[in-house]
Amino acid sequence: MVRKLPRKDVVIVGLGWTGAILAHELTDAGLDVVAIERGPWRDTATDFNVAYAPDELRYAIRKDLFLQPAQEAMTMRNNISQTALPMRDYGSFLPGTGVGGAGTHWNGHTWRFFPSDFVLKTHLTERYGAGRIADLTVQDWGVSYDELENSFDRFEYLAGISGKAGNLNGKIEAGGNPFEGPRSREYPLPPMQMTYAPTLFAEAARSIGLHPFPTPSANLSKAYVNPLGIAMGQCTFCGFCERFGCANYSKSSAHTTILPVLMRKSNFEARTECEVLKVDLASDGKTAKGVTYVDVTGELCEQPADIVLLNAYGLHNVRLMLLSKIGTPYDPATGTGTVGRNYAYQTNASTQVFFEGKNFNPFIAAGALGQTVDDYNGDAFDHAALDFVGGAGINCIPTNGRPIAYRPTPPGTPRWGSAWKKAAKQNYGNTLTFSSQGSSYAARGNYLDLDPTYKDRFGRPLLRVTFDFPDNDIRMSNWVSDRMQQIATTLGGKQAVVGRARKGWNSVPYQSTHNTGGAIMGTDPNTSAVNRHLQSWDVPNVFVVGASAFPQNAGKNPTGPVGALAFWAADAIRNHYLKNPGKLVQA
Amino acid sequence: MTLLVASIAGAKAAEHSGTLPWKPFAALPPQPLPGGRWYVFTPDEARMVEAIVDRLIPADDLSIGGKEAGCATFIDRQLAGSYGSSERLYTQGPFLPGLPTQGYQGAEAPVARYRAGLAALAQHVRAQFAGKAFADLAPTDQDKVLGDFDAGKVAYPAAAGFFNLLLQNTMEGFFADPIYGGNKDMAGWKLLGFPGARYDYRDYVTAHNQPFPLPPLSIAGRPEWKVGSK
Ligand SMILES: Cc1cc2nc3c(=O)[nH]c(=O)nc-3n(C[C@H](O)[C@H](O)[C@H](O)COP(=O)(O)OP(=O)(O)OC[C@H]3O[C@@H](n4cnc5c(N)ncnc54)[C@H](O)[C@@H]3O)c2cc1C
Ligand code: SF4
Repeated sequence: MVRKLPRKDVVIVGLGWTGAILAHELTDAGLDVVAIERGPWRDTATDFNVAYAPDELRYAIRKDLFLQPAQEAMTMRNNISQTALPMRDYGSFLPGTGVGGAGTHWNGHTWRFFPSDFVLKTHLTERYGAGRIADLTVQDWGVSYDELENSFDRFEYLAGISGKAGNLNGKIEAGGNPFEGPRSREYPLPPMQMTYAPTLFAEAARSIGLHPFPTPSANLSKAYVNPLGIAMGQCTFCGFCERFGCANYSKSSAHTTILPVLMRKSNFEARTECEVLKVDLASDGKTAKGVTYVDVTGELCEQPADIVLLNAYGLHNVRLMLLSKIGTPYDPATGTGTVGRNYAYQTNASTQVFFEGKNFNPFIAAGALGQTVDDYNGDAFDHAALDFVGGAGINCIPTNGRPIAYRPTPPGTPRWGSAWKKAAKQNYGNTLTFSSQGSSYAARGNYLDLDPTYKDRFGRPLLRVTFDFPDNDIRMSNWVSDRMQQIATTLGGKQAVVGRARKGWNSVPYQSTHNTGGAIMGTDPNTSAVNRHLQSWDVPNVFVVGASAFPQNAGKNPTGPVGALAFWAADAIRNHYLKNPGKLVQA
Repeated sequence: MTLLVASIAGAKAAEHSGTLPWKPFAALPPQPLPGGRWYVFTPDEARMVEAIVDRLIPADDLSIGGKEAGCATFIDRQLAGSYGSSERLYTQGPFLPGLPTQGYQGAEAPVARYRAGLAALAQHVRAQFAGKAFADLAPTDQDKVLGDFDAGKVAYPAAAGFFNLLLQNTMEGFFADPIYGGNKDMAGWKLLGFPGARYDYRDYVTAHNQPFPLPPLSIAGRPEWKVGSK
């Protein structure tokens, strides 16, 4: 038996960052909106209690706030010659669940991508020739940085980002990132106070001619009231940030920036612990009628709606499209089809410098408190003489000193016994860590589809991730590791260990929840799943919002652009679609 | 489409509109299990695990050892909960041998891995040391056995990856909040200089290169805070 529910103007799948932004924008436009979220209700006062939030075992190790694989897992393989097997526990990345989504337990590094990132194919072809990107499938976004500037600005002011502008309306500002695109105004808050390690890192980087600047953070440097009138507190540097909810109302998330206003609107409703199974299409397959979900009691429900918004996180957006038969699945053999195409990730490497007699107090930290060097990121440097495209930000952002996971020791140290103990004690406060976060450029063999073997608890195929780091990205990352070596040498210390990216993406150790692509935006329906307004080319009353839209990933964290795209899509719906429902772009 | 509907235990149907939903105690603090007993380990297993954790983290002038710190107690209680049964993980078959990049692909949950792993290790020790139990070996012999185990020189199909699991759980027991049964008197945190569950360091952010002056704190407070304690 399926329970049929009364029609709504808009149904939103997933109430994380993007779901909350779109819900706010569309209820503001007078629409009747319901958001369906598969995880539990969560709010700061109840769930992130200052008395027991700082619990490394519960939240960071046993991953209490994350999506549990029993609810939905994925399978993985490095290439099509292998058999994909389930990630029985999530490791490499950790999708969120519950109201607030992954924004509940993110770190808060909040970037804009470079202007050249949005026109990557055009830019690289013009600068280096088409041959340089022949083995990659990079594409333009179909939207320019200038068009998105206002949306970036709105997201940053909503969230109260702490930072220093490097480029104000085209004028380079001291202390900020000189490589960034022009911004129309300063960050809403000044940068955070710096701890010792990033301070030393910045001095070393500056001394060899680089341009370090404070990492823009969604950990608030000061108390702030956002444009919706919601007050947030100052970050207390607790070091229980990523993987935890913030008990201090100091980390921007849907809870601290939108939900208190959204939940008071009579034209909005949130249904939690309800998992959407598919988007229901009309018999011609060209219009969505609503969604089918299973509620917490196990009852199947049909929610009709005029507009369906997929805000389920990039990877889950793609799975829902495949399960609902929206668009054509990508086929790596022919390079045709769009859903699942251009899945990309992040190419990282980290460096440890072991000192003697220093006191870095690694537990005094925040998710995004640190310094970044962008001199080798994106196309900020000339690649003419190099054998790769792309780049990496180099970040010294010590986020925590939580001892189950953070116990640096030099190579060769035994893993247990008295010698281990001595080394653990000696190096805990004496180690400075920094890392490169590199671009991940799309390649033909990296994609998402439905697994032929493994099923979820409802008997539906899991998402299959086929991914390995392209050779281009490995060369890029290793070149940046050499630059990290230079910084490490300048820092001194008694020993430095510079990490290097390798082939064979490993799904076990955590790397980043920066999964991009799979339902990419663009100007050509043959090579993109959604148009420049994030509207499905195939089913125009479906919009797909999230990092699934990125044609490739930059050497930066994704949520700044994800938030901007949410505002951008909301504008398209408010200002264009509602006046004239149908295709916003004619192919 | 056939649906095998699995509901989430303990959850209630949830619709929210016009107000901020607030359920008292919706997110409960961790509940410590009462001590003084073993929940999963048999007495022999418990004795063996206590001896093992005491070699992985030996008592010396830097700190108490893994046994006194409660690492075995911690592991036993973890195994008694959802962790021990892999309740939250994906446990559907088929179970195929995986590549290292694909992570653990066995069908056994931690409780079963401990049972099989400890039995195999006990058998190995009996064979090598004239019928003795691990706990009765001299520390140097214990270290040799564990070293061989760590290096993969002792092959136990039933216990694939078991040494790493044991080592990981032992370290968790030494460094997790004492509320979970290990890290007695915050010994692990004192060893490193980690101040524990503190939540506000604003006064110390710019005290670069200075030692942090306050003692560690557990979710349950500090021992001397207990009413009636001296
Ligand atoms: C540990 C961690 C650290 C991170 N750190 C950073 C960082 O420092 N900087 C940065 O830029 N980004 C970071 N990220 C990424 C960031 O959290 C995401 O980019 C962002 O939250 C994406 O927003 P979203 O709205 O697309 O998805 P989410 O916020 O994940 O929301 C999606 C929601 O949809 C729900 N959902 C999914 N499927 C269904 C379904 N079938 N039915 C109903 N509901 C469904 C989910 O439960 C979830 O609540 C981090 C992520 C993690 C996990
Ligand atoms: S570090 Fe700051 S923003 Fe992060 S959880 Fe702690 S108080 Fe909140």
